[in-house]
Amino acid sequence: MIKTIDLTKTFGEHTVLREITTTIDQGEVVAIIGPSGSGKSTLLRCLNLLENPSQGYIWIKNREITSPKVKKVEIRKDIGMVFQHFHLFPHMTVLENVMYAPIKVKNMKKELAVKIAKGLLAKVGLKDKIDAYPNRLSGGQKQRVAIARALAMEPEIMLFDEPTSALDPEMVKEVLDVMKDLTQTGMTMVVVTHEMNFAREVADRIIFMDEGKIMEEGNPKEFFTNPKTKRAEDFLSKVL
Amino acid sequence: MNLDFSQIVPSIPFILEGIGATLKFVSVSIMFGLVLGTILALFKISNKKWIKLPADIYTSIFRGTPLILQLMIIHYAIPQLFEYDIPVFLSAVLAFGLNSAAYVSEIIRAGIMAVDKGQIEAAEALGVGYKPMMMNIILPQATKNILPALMNEFITLTKESALVSTIGYMDLMRRAEIVGAQLYRNFEPLLFAGIIYWVMIFILTNIGNWLERRMRKSD
Ligand SMILES: Nc1ncnc2c1ncn2[C@@H]1O[C@H](COP(=O)(O)OP(=O)(O)OP(=O)(O)O)[C@@H](O)[C@H]1O
Ligand SMILES: [Mg+2]
Repeated sequence: MIKTIDLTKTFGEHTVLREITTTIDQGEVVAIIGPSGSGKSTLLRCLNLLENPSQGYIWIKNREITSPKVKKVEIRKDIGMVFQHFHLFPHMTVLENVMYAPIKVKNMKKELAVKIAKGLLAKVGLKDKIDAYPNRLSGGQKQRVAIARALAMEPEIMLFDEPTSALDPEMVKEVLDVMKDLTQTGMTMVVVTHEMNFAREVADRIIFMDEGKIMEEGNPKEFFTNPKTKRAEDFLSKVL
Repeated sequence: MNLDFSQIVPSIPFILEGIGATLKFVSVSIMFGLVLGTILALFKISNKKWIKLPADIYTSIFRGTPLILQLMIIHYAIPQLFEYDIPVFLSAVLAFGLNSAAYVSEIIRAGIMAVDKGQIEAAEALGVGYKPMMMNIILPQATKNILPALMNEFITLTKESALVSTIGYMDLMRRAEIVGAQLYRNFEPLLFAGIIYWVMIFILTNIGNWLERRMRKSD
């Protein structure tokens, strides 16, 4: 589904990703964890080309998206992304936020887009908020709208960049629950997170990054009980 | 004190006609400046240097030289080069429009840059193309920053418009001067013109304040 080969990203002199090579299968749920500045967000953002990789290759569904011939807009249609700070469109209602992209990008008929958007908003528990503006919502509600907005494009892959880090503690669960539900649908998910419990319970695989490299990857049980590298051990001792 | 307003009474209609002349050239200049300024602003936010640079140079020139000099060059110097006797109205609109475009482009550029970068990323991540992103997501949010500043620019332009009297355009200012010269009394017609300018600016300022309040309310 997703394959990176020697993916490298530099900002000026600063190398942020170093030869990342990994494969993520269809339907797999991968949690990326690691200390601040280790390149987790950058890796995620390379996958939908919000950042342009400096070197290396990314394949998504047997297509090399790092090829100069590929249109970014085409790639992004199939990849949803959820941000730490939601980035809802403040001048649109909740419903408009969710149905905007299907109408503009996929040329979907408005009636159908409304139907899909309402269905998704019901699923994330926000049926009664469809006409509200984002500034009337709590953080948890905003993030659920953002998830619905991404899902409205019917993506095959969902990327999450610390979706609960900006939330008050009491709102974390409602967002994680929505994400848990999503894993049941067979969605391919890549989640950068500091929620170790979520990573342990929900992920099929953990990728542990440090200094722009994948230091260790493997199934959660093994990783959390028996990390192979010193770095991972140190990291876990700090966050658990 | 030697004041006698009764003497200018017969000339009042003549001076008042200047309001129309001023408003006509100011509004055409604003339109012109707005269109050109928007285009320049879109150039400025481009990440291609060869698009951005000409717009930056343009702005630097028109903001870095006196407006009256630009007006004089357009009205007196250009005709010398092209042997075309340019009408005063056209000179006035060109000078004010080109000059205003430079300021307007900066206002719009700054307004767009002030929109949270996350909005662009969110739109991009959804596969939204550049044009719909600009039209539906960035510009509607930028408008909030842009409109009040644009109103200020229009107010400045209206005030500065009196400069066109120097090339003989029959605006409010010029008419007041003519009446003054005829009567050998300058104070009364100039004061009269001043009151009219003040009223016009007062109205514009209030429209501006009202707009700003409305923009803030929608936050
Ligand atoms: N646009 C950029 N320009 C320059 N440097 C950048 C840019 N984006 C990220 N970096 C740098 O790249 C490094 C990795 O950043 P990244 O955001 O990927 O880390 P992260 O693992 O997501 O950290 P955090 O947990 O704090 O979000 C950091 O040192 C950061 O300063
Ligand atoms: Mg990050």
